[in-house]
Amino acid sequence: MEMLNIFIRSIFIDNMVFAFFFGMCSYIAVSKSVKTALGLGAAVTFVMVMTVPLNYLLYQFVLKPQALAWAGLPDVNLSFLSFIVFIATIAAFVQLVEMIVEKFSPTLYSQLGIFLPLIAVNCAIMGGSLFMQQKVDALQITSVWQSIVYGLGSGLGWWLAIVMMAAIREKTTYSHIPAALKGPGIAFIITGLMGIAFMIFSGIQF
Amino acid sequence: MSSKNFKYLTGPFSANNPVIVQILGICSALAVTVQLKPAIVMALSVTVVTAFANLVMSLLRNGVPARIRIIVQLVVIAALVILVDQVLKAYVYEVSKQLSVYVGLIITNCIVMGRIEAFALANKPWPALLDGIGNGLGYGLILVVVAFFRELLGSGSLLGYRIVPESWYIAEGGYYANCGLMLFPPMALIIVGCIIWVHRSRNKDLQEK
Repeated sequence: MEMLNIFIRSIFIDNMVFAFFFGMCSYIAVSKSVKTALGLGAAVTFVMVMTVPLNYLLYQFVLKPQALAWAGLPDVNLSFLSFIVFIATIAAFVQLVEMIVEKFSPTLYSQLGIFLPLIAVNCAIMGGSLFMQQKVDALQITSVWQSIVYGLGSGLGWWLAIVMMAAIREKTTYSHIPAALKGPGIAFIITGLMGIAFMIFSGIQF
Repeated sequence: MSSKNFKYLTGPFSANNPVIVQILGICSALAVTVQLKPAIVMALSVTVVTAFANLVMSLLRNGVPARIRIIVQLVVIAALVILVDQVLKAYVYEVSKQLSVYVGLIITNCIVMGRIEAFALANKPWPALLDGIGNGLGYGLILVVVAFFRELLGSGSLLGYRIVPESWYIAEGGYYANCGLMLFPPMALIIVGCIIWVHRSRNKDLQEK
């Protein structure tokens, strides 16, 4: 039940885009067609499912206060290093994914193009790891399985948001929008309205 | 200061604003704007990080091979953010609690990375530093405007001081109520949308065809 709760919460209630504005830069830039939005969403979800548990293990066994007790160093507190360790894990992992995709599927590689390396600086992914750290401190995530579910849910939530946004923006190409609002202006207002719609999910609990 | 350097500093305030024209760094721009005080602290933190990251990368620009530059940039930025985070925790602990994960997210703030890639790697240290300060302040400007409206309309106060008199409220026999929706995330997006609307109506050359 706990797992299901984390999963539903991270997709609908604590949605990365609508509740925390994570990954807004690529969200606004890449949501012009549903096809690229689908590809980028899939890549972000995959990277998130892998990096959140990796960072969970690093935090639990290396960085947390008293985490190094297993190595005989109970007084060491490395938590101030967590930013740099998290971003290094993410950057290294994205580099790895890029090399694997380039080697085994050159067509997908050319489709994703510049967006693949840019995933490393997508705030949604770093945000996922930082929220995981916060939730570990608050005892809301207590096992590596829960951190996988949290990563998966957050990634799917971001995917859902960007695909919905791309679908709406494809339709708005035919509408009469004031000249000054065209492009990012209307995109922000649409996202705001979608966020208000997503507020109805708050309070769901299992 | 020559006029060219002066333009690096003031360009990002309006015509080349990082948030509403370049569409960079939205993530943190919106989340910390429920009240004015955390917004100002966040704006200063980002200005410091952008300025020094630009300076350091501009000094290193001839020594770093292009293939590994992203990793080098991330290390420089992350080190600066750790410094800022520790200073905030030491001197303004309450605000740093309010900002929570968003201080760490300065690392992935697209403004920092974007300005390094677009400017610092191709320019001398002094213009790069000015460009960093200018973009940080341009970002801060939007943050302060959004936070001003959200705190005023959502809580009836500014920087924690009451602006709307107590006697106006319905509970005190008045006719006024705070707009609770202003405190929720979606309104930040809509306010930024409106800022873009006003800004582009005044600067017609920025409008999209």
